[in-house]
Amino acid sequence: MGAVSAIFAAGFFQNGSVHAALLAGAVAALVTGAVGTFTVLRGQSFAGHATGEVAATGGSAAMLGGLNPLWGYLGIAVIVAGAIEALGVQRPRARDLATGLVLGAGLGIAGLLLYLDTTGTSTSGAAVTVLFGSLFAVTRSALPGMVALGGVSLALVVLTYRLQLLTALSPDLAAARGVPVRLVSLAYLLSLAVAVSLAAETVGAVLATALLIGPPATALRLTKRPGLAVLGSGLIGVAAAWAGTVLAYDSYYWPPAGRSWPPSFLIVAVVFGLYLGSGAVQRVRGRRRAPLAPGAVPAATA
Amino acid sequence: MASLFTGFMTDTWVAATMVAVVAGVVGFFVVLRGSSFVAHAIPHGSFGGAAGAALLVGVDGTILGISGTIAGLFVFAVAGALGIGWLGRRGRHDVATALSLVMMLGLGFLFLSWSGQYADALYSLLFGEVFGIPASDLLPMAVLGLLCVVGIASLFRPLMLSSVLPEVGEARGVRAGWVETGFLMVVALATTMTVPVVGVLLMFSLMLGPAAASRSVTSNPRAALAMSVGIAVLTVWIGIVLSYASNWPLGFFVGVSGAVWFVAGRAWAWRRRIRGVPLAA
Repeated sequence: MGAVSAIFAAGFFQNGSVHAALLAGAVAALVTGAVGTFTVLRGQSFAGHATGEVAATGGSAAMLGGLNPLWGYLGIAVIVAGAIEALGVQRPRARDLATGLVLGAGLGIAGLLLYLDTTGTSTSGAAVTVLFGSLFAVTRSALPGMVALGGVSLALVVLTYRLQLLTALSPDLAAARGVPVRLVSLAYLLSLAVAVSLAAETVGAVLATALLIGPPATALRLTKRPGLAVLGSGLIGVAAAWAGTVLAYDSYYWPPAGRSWPPSFLIVAVVFGLYLGSGAVQRVRGRRRAPLAPGAVPAATA
Repeated sequence: MASLFTGFMTDTWVAATMVAVVAGVVGFFVVLRGSSFVAHAIPHGSFGGAAGAALLVGVDGTILGISGTIAGLFVFAVAGALGIGWLGRRGRHDVATALSLVMMLGLGFLFLSWSGQYADALYSLLFGEVFGIPASDLLPMAVLGLLCVVGIASLFRPLMLSSVLPEVGEARGVRAGWVETGFLMVVALATTMTVPVVGVLLMFSLMLGPAAASRSVTSNPRAALAMSVGIAVLTVWIGIVLSYASNWPLGFFVGVSGAVWFVAGRAWAWRRRIRGVPLAA
């Protein structure tokens, strides 16, 4: 009992906004973990990050119109994912450039909207909420929508799992085998848009990338089996989101006293720590497998 | 409009022009090397440093005689560059970039939440505050800008080789790892001097747009470099005038024009292809 009360501060399990935060965090982390595995395998971290960040435009537009930012995130994320795909650039260098410029234009517009948000209604909190999220402010009424969206996104990826995997690893091979590559990519991008919107709602638009990339990269370092990696990254994401929530609740008693640490930061820190830890695990395993070359860094696979 | 060129506005023009020159030069290599994500991540993440400095010494404070904001940006930009380099050698490069970025931003958010009173002042860093550049910042900006240009000039040949023909570079003894580290440091320096003007979110747009457009027009590296600088300067000048007239943030104009330049360059290249003029990639 002592250990439990040391970890969970008083009132943790009775607090309504904690319940909402735990559920919202879990849904967002589970979906982004599963979808993000394909983002990492495709080598499209930048596109994933850009989708989330430009979604901030939608979030700020929705707030300007007095709507729940989630719908704004979602609308814009779908448009951005579509724009990046429509540009259809296959070479990674050129694709990153196109991604960057879509991102730049989107952010410029986001800046304008946030500026109008803050000067129009003098809610300077709008920028913080949209960019960095506020997990404890997720309302119960938003939860059913989040769960439903997350379910649809997860179903899209799970139902097309084998096609997704082949397309991510070798688009040429997939095309040669008659896989409708563009359709599969479209399904992936739609679920990416939903995943990123859910993450933006919980940890904010600019930190959504942490949930999208961190847990999958960690899982892919720990296992070579893709199915296990999808499952593992979902679980790692949920663990990080929950750990961040618990720590944020506890942090009320940490210095500087009397103010909680933002859950978004704590979730990001846990994600980052797990990624570093998985690197150490990978190195130890590599050393065991390759005793002939002491000190040599094993060829990184993830 | 006469007041556009008087008093403190002179500082604005000087600062913005320096920023545009550096962005044009560094941006050329960012596009050539396909480092768009890094060019986005380092400025973006450096926001955390500015927030940390505000927490330590206040928004207008100084650290060792240097503006606190610039010192904070510098520390985080360099740390970010080294972190991306270090993690990138041990795993996927884009994953390393993404996670370094969110870690720096997360720290920035933590600092921001601790220094609540400074929050509003820090938002200007997100989208830039071209009209508020203190005259005392001009000298450090000029020094950093000069360092960037000198850094690029001294790395010019190895950078070109390792960007365009990595195998040939390797054969000629160009150490790709060192060139990459040197380049990341130049991006970090450029970040430190440019971010207070253009903002952390849109710095990279000023690097990518002009350079991408110039590469679609000419395949001669020196001409493309000069053109990239020219377009960047033009972008910023137009941005200042429009921002002054509308009172909207400069970042908006810079971000949108970045995409416009890119599309214009593509259209130019497409027209030439239609006419049958061969275009070397």
